[in-house]
Amino acid sequence: MQIVVDLNRCQSYAQCVFLAPQVFELHGEEALMFRPSVPDDQHERVRRAEAACPVQAILVGEPAGLGAS
Amino acid sequence: MIGEGRIVVVGASLAGLRAAETLREQGFAGSLTLVGEEPHPPYDRPPLSKQVLLGRVRAQDVALPSRSAVDARWKLGVRAGGVDPIEKRVILADGEQLAYDRLLIATGTRARPWPNADEARLDGVLTLRTNDDAARLAERLDAGPRRVLVIGAGFIGSEIASACRELGLDVTVAERGPSPLVGALGGTLGTFAGKLQRAHGVDLRCGVTVTALKGRNGRLTGAEFSDGGRIDADVAVVALGAVRNTEWLDGSGLAAGPRGVACDAGCRAFDMYGIVTDDVFVAGDVARFPHPLFEYQMLSLEHWGNAVAQAEVAAHNMISPGPRRRPHLTVPAFWSSQFGLNIKSVGVPTFSDQVVIAQGSLREGRFVAVYGYRGRVTAAVSVNRAKWLEHYQYLIETAAPFPPAPGAADRPGSFDPVPSDVPSPQLLSHGPTVALTGHLPDRHLTLVRHELSPTAAHCR
Ligand SMILES: Cc1cc2nc3c(=O)[nH]c(=O)nc-3n(C[C@H](O)[C@H](O)[C@H](O)COP(=O)(O)OP(=O)(O)OC[C@H]3O[C@@H](n4cnc5c(N)ncnc54)[C@H](O)[C@@H]3O)c2cc1C
Ligand code: SF4
Repeated sequence: MQIVVDLNRCQSYAQCVFLAPQVFELHGEEALMFRPSVPDDQHERVRRAEAACPVQAILVGEPAGLGAS
Repeated sequence: MIGEGRIVVVGASLAGLRAAETLREQGFAGSLTLVGEEPHPPYDRPPLSKQVLLGRVRAQDVALPSRSAVDARWKLGVRAGGVDPIEKRVILADGEQLAYDRLLIATGTRARPWPNADEARLDGVLTLRTNDDAARLAERLDAGPRRVLVIGAGFIGSEIASACRELGLDVTVAERGPSPLVGALGGTLGTFAGKLQRAHGVDLRCGVTVTALKGRNGRLTGAEFSDGGRIDADVAVVALGAVRNTEWLDGSGLAAGPRGVACDAGCRAFDMYGIVTDDVFVAGDVARFPHPLFEYQMLSLEHWGNAVAQAEVAAHNMISPGPRRRPHLTVPAFWSSQFGLNIKSVGVPTFSDQVVIAQGSLREGRFVAVYGYRGRVTAAVSVNRAKWLEHYQYLIETAAPFPPAPGAADRPGSFDPVPSDVPSPQLLSHGPTVALTGHLPDRHLTLVRHELSPTAAHCR
């Protein structure tokens, strides 16, 4: 599982930080940093963060170009 | 051509990927090929100067998630060497020729190299654009160099300096302009950024150029400056801005040059005569397009959000009949995080003559700066006040009068607009991340004979 956050859209509401603190963190007051590659044991939490984000800034998916040669 | 045919996308990064997904999402059922020079599937670049340098994320782990399944043929690790617009073929470096009905150019930019090739080869001299670059730089920083030199104080240079300080490394930043970020954000925020860097312990040297990188036994040892100063450094990061990847289009007859590939508001490429093509489209950092909110100036943006939005419009238009086509009108927007601050921008700050701190204050380090041009709002930049930005985006979209009414809850100390002091790009070390290219035609056109077609043009 990979994620990317549209940080133009993100308003630093930090719901994702509460729900998956190992994946999302606030750097300083409001700069969101995330781990693009989600560890297996965090999938469920990241799904919840994705659903909870009030501006739908979190995109969750399989790595793009999987199986590309 | 609506549902079928052959589409080739050159450049398999953010814009190429999002275009490919949009094509399939909107029902394109023909053959789709993505060509990418890098061996890696599409990945996200913004973390490379942030999380990756801080050691929180590995450079190999920044792959982009797919938005939807893309049934496509991926040719990765192969460079496109040219286009034959008459036969409608892309010629690849491995000799293969890909026929297309529609072509999308999404070849982005690369890091501007250090101009002295011998010095650039010194061990310890790096640039930052790809995940391989980031892996190399992160490894160097992790090894604990005695001092890092960052050449150029644009966004990427400033973010690198920020990461160095956070890692406890000594860092010198050299910038030819009067302050960091001044090329993108103008004088008021540039001065703020300069103070911020110094407060975080950066040895910031503005108004100087690096005249030489010094080495011994092939390894970087230090640098000399135009003011006679010199430093010891074991790592130098060249952050002089970006070069658009358009050389592969030389001889194609398209309006491609150092400022990008010119296209119309519907992402259709222009040829060298300014005639719009109907089968070649452009998106992302390599595109140069007119924007009605900014007096139809041609904009070249190096913004993540633009690559996504423009790719979606280009893809839609590639498979839609004329009246169904959409213009790319998104208000430009980007973010940066450095020295613990979240910096966000909407509009085009360089398209301005005045700026005012409309909310918050520079002293607190929390504010919104609003930019105006000839009496209307053209941009806003927030520092640790992202939630306020949406309001200003609305003002930009509606061409609201500048200065905006100071109706906000917390009033700044002074509400007097000052000149926005956007310097000429020639005065900067780093290239601007937004280039207004409307008044600066790239090159002079001359008509020459050409093998591909008797009408193709070359440029000097
Ligand atoms: C370190 C860094 C940090 C950034 N941080 C931010 C940020 O905080 N906020 C923000 O808004 N933006 C940021 N950006 C900018 C953002 O990443 C770009 O706007 C975005 O990557 C543009 O996507 P693109 O697909 O248009 O071009 P690119 O990502 O440049 O991709 C172009 C691709 O085309 C390939 N290519 C080139 N020529 C050829 C050829 N002839 N044949 C085949 N393939 C070719 C290249 O190898 C490359 O993979 C940052 C960029 C970098 C490098
Ligand atoms: S929940 Fe959404 S808006 Fe809030 S910090 Fe996370 S990504 Fe940003």
